Amino acid sequence: MKVTYKILRFDPEKDKKPYFKDYDVEVEPTDRILDGLNIIKWYQDSTLSYRRSCAHGICGSDAMEINGVNKLACKVLIQNVGSHITIKPIRGLRVIKDLIVDMEPFFEKYRSIKPYLINDDSLPTHERLQSVEDREIFDDTTKCILCASCTSSCPSFWWNSMYLGPSALVQAHRFIFDSRDHGADERLEIVNDLNGIWRCRTIFNCVDACPREIKITKAIEELKRALLHKHL
Amino acid sequence: MHLDLTHLGKKVLDEKLPDITDFVRTYLGIDPSVNPVPIQPTAHYTMGGIPTDVDGRVIMDEKNTPLPGLYAAGECATVSVHGANRLGTNSLVDLVVFGRRSGKHAALYVKNTDFIPLPKKPEDGIQATISDLYSGTGTESVAKIRLELQNDMMDNASVYRNQKMLINAKNKLLELKKRYKNIALGDKSKQFNMELFEALELGFLLELASVLVESAVNRTESRGAHYREDFSKRDDTNWLKHTLAYKAGDKIDFRYKPVVITKYLPKERKY
Repeated sequence: MKVTYKILRFDPEKDKKPYFKDYDVEVEPTDRILDGLNIIKWYQDSTLSYRRSCAHGICGSDAMEINGVNKLACKVLIQNVGSHITIKPIRGLRVIKDLIVDMEPFFEKYRSIKPYLINDDSLPTHERLQSVEDREIFDDTTKCILCASCTSSCPSFWWNSMYLGPSALVQAHRFIFDSRDHGADERLEIVNDLNGIWRCRTIFNCVDACPREIKITKAIEELKRALLHKHL
Repeated sequence: MHLDLTHLGKKVLDEKLPDITDFVRTYLGIDPSVNPVPIQPTAHYTMGGIPTDVDGRVIMDEKNTPLPGLYAAGECATVSVHGANRLGTNSLVDLVVFGRRSGKHAALYVKNTDFIPLPKKPEDGIQATISDLYSGTGTESVAKIRLELQNDMMDNASVYRNQKMLINAKNKLLELKKRYKNIALGDKSKQFNMELFEALELGFLLELASVLVESAVNRTESRGAHYREDFSKRDDTNWLKHTLAYKAGDKIDFRYKPVVITKYLPKERKY
């Protein structure tokens, strides 16, 4: 089938401001949005720039705004979007070139919640075991692939880029509720900030955007409750 | 060909194989708990080939001499714990065990080593390669050559191989390498130039493909992941040895390293 990609282009080396460019592409209905981008780049206009790597929703490189919603280009089929496809870079992060944004502020927030095991007990001789029930408490938030679809869809983040954002909070949840980890208190203090969990206004854009279907707003609410219980 | 997973049931599939189940639903629109899944061969893992010792140090000859300061671990490396074919789930050994050992050893090496004197203008080589790519005015495109390379390697050098197919692949590679010298970039920008990146990568792919094809031509036996239709048996008398490939101008020199056998004897896989 024939589809039209309308892509927001910007090359800082020669463009004063972003502009839309149209491309007609011949694709299969079962092709991914990413396949169409590749056809454009490889056979029509090699200057088109975007990130992609694994191409099946695991690496999290190709988050972009597709017809108004943040998605991974490799996880959306053409047949589910139709023949007019408008693509823009994800919002709230500086555009470096075309669909490539500066992810550094995003990863800085990720690092700030200490995304690693904190446990000063002496090294065990075997694995630190965990019950199935204990694992289930944070199973959902282990699925995050750091694609930034959620954070860049969040109006609270657009308005205030100091906000930690849903992704960093999902990561905080993943460690705070892990029975093997002892860093819950220090992490709860990090997210207990006007630019932490309290900036979340339960808009649910993040939940719509997440390609891993993580219940993000629920996770953030669980963090709020954990803090309440800790201070009561 | 189809893979039938329906006997596992929806609960087991969702809980134990969530990603695979999601792929099938997303890309094929099939629920694997209800319908069989169409399947085809694909490259699932790279059995790297950069030879290392158990500390991840890259070795450079038949005597296991390490190349100081160069480490490899994971899919790119060959520590040789897997024999000639890595079996399912054993990639964790490369990641968890040898990733850790390499990291620890590299940290120790850095602590005890001073900077070595660099050759004059060490960046000259790669800069020349890049500026050649930028200034190329040929008629070939990276994408077209890469597609032909992919098709040819799939047709002639994948799961089942024979002399005729491999020689075809070898000749095709000679042609593609020649055409690669005649590529031109459409994107001349300096920042995030993904086409330049793909062009460099294609050059490396062509070299790696040549190593793979030519060592497969030489190895007149079947072993592990290397299956020759015209030499279907394992031949320990002549081929119980590792292949080492060296770049020699436009050609490849092959040398061989003996296999060290300790506790487990190499055996034929019979399943």
